[in-house]
Amino acid sequence: MIINHPLLGPRDSQEFVYLGDAALIHRPDGMAEGALDKFIDYTYLRDNPAGVHRELWYHEQGDRSWLVVTRNTVSHEITAVDLARDVARTEGRSK
Amino acid sequence: MANPLKSLTPLGHDAPITETIGAVTIAENIGTALASLASRLGREAEVASAAKTASIPLPGPGCAESATTYGAIWLGPEQWMVEAPFATHEDIASVLKPIFGETASITEQTDAWVRFDVTASDLPALFERLCSYDLRKAGAGAATRTVIDHLGCYVIARTETEVSILGPRSSAHSLHHALTTAAKATF
Repeated sequence: MIINHPLLGPRDSQEFVYLGDAALIHRPDGMAEGALDKFIDYTYLRDNPAGVHRELWYHEQGDRSWLVVTRNTVSHEITAVDLARDVARTEGRSK
Repeated sequence: MANPLKSLTPLGHDAPITETIGAVTIAENIGTALASLASRLGREAEVASAAKTASIPLPGPGCAESATTYGAIWLGPEQWMVEAPFATHEDIASVLKPIFGETASITEQTDAWVRFDVTASDLPALFERLCSYDLRKAGAGAATRTVIDHLGCYVIARTETEVSILGPRSSAHSLHHALTTAAKATF
């Protein structure tokens, strides 16, 4: 499988490590009301779709960037790759 | 009495080793001092202008660039490995710190790496046996981190016929073995 890195171009998936659902970017606020329930959801509950899935990949054997990869779990087709940094910034989650 | 603190090369000898296998020359290079440079958040423009003043090139993603004294390899967004001659810049981190001040984080890297300079007329043929990085497509001036024999290494294409490899110094022998094995298989 080839992942088309937004900065470095097509790279072998061997260089990457898979983390999981891109929703993991949305870590709940530990100090907020009802944080325990939110952390139980965050830690244990995942969607497992057969189809398009947004997931976090880490370019461990490359430039060590986190990527958000949109991949079809049935066909392994990759339709979009973005830097997780940019995704978080567009959602106003980082400076 | 000989100096008991005499330094050894990464391969463990007094002097660096050069090996020629067919059309490939693999030379251990101990002449480069290294330091990593990372811009601090929000100080990116200041880092760029300080580097320009000091004639330190800061190449874009996937590239390496050399100037008169300094060279640099792109490591990641806003991160570079700065190279300089060891003879004049043995303490490279303390040379760079005054240049960038509080705008960047600088870490000495010289003794963490072994550098092999590989020269051959057909380098892509050698490197397609070593790593998944497409050197034929990359061309001169390209630099990247990839895996060679399970070791995370930087591959820096200096010219069409010369490539530098930075690998973990503690695995210098394993990396050298991988290079010579591939060279014997290729040429």
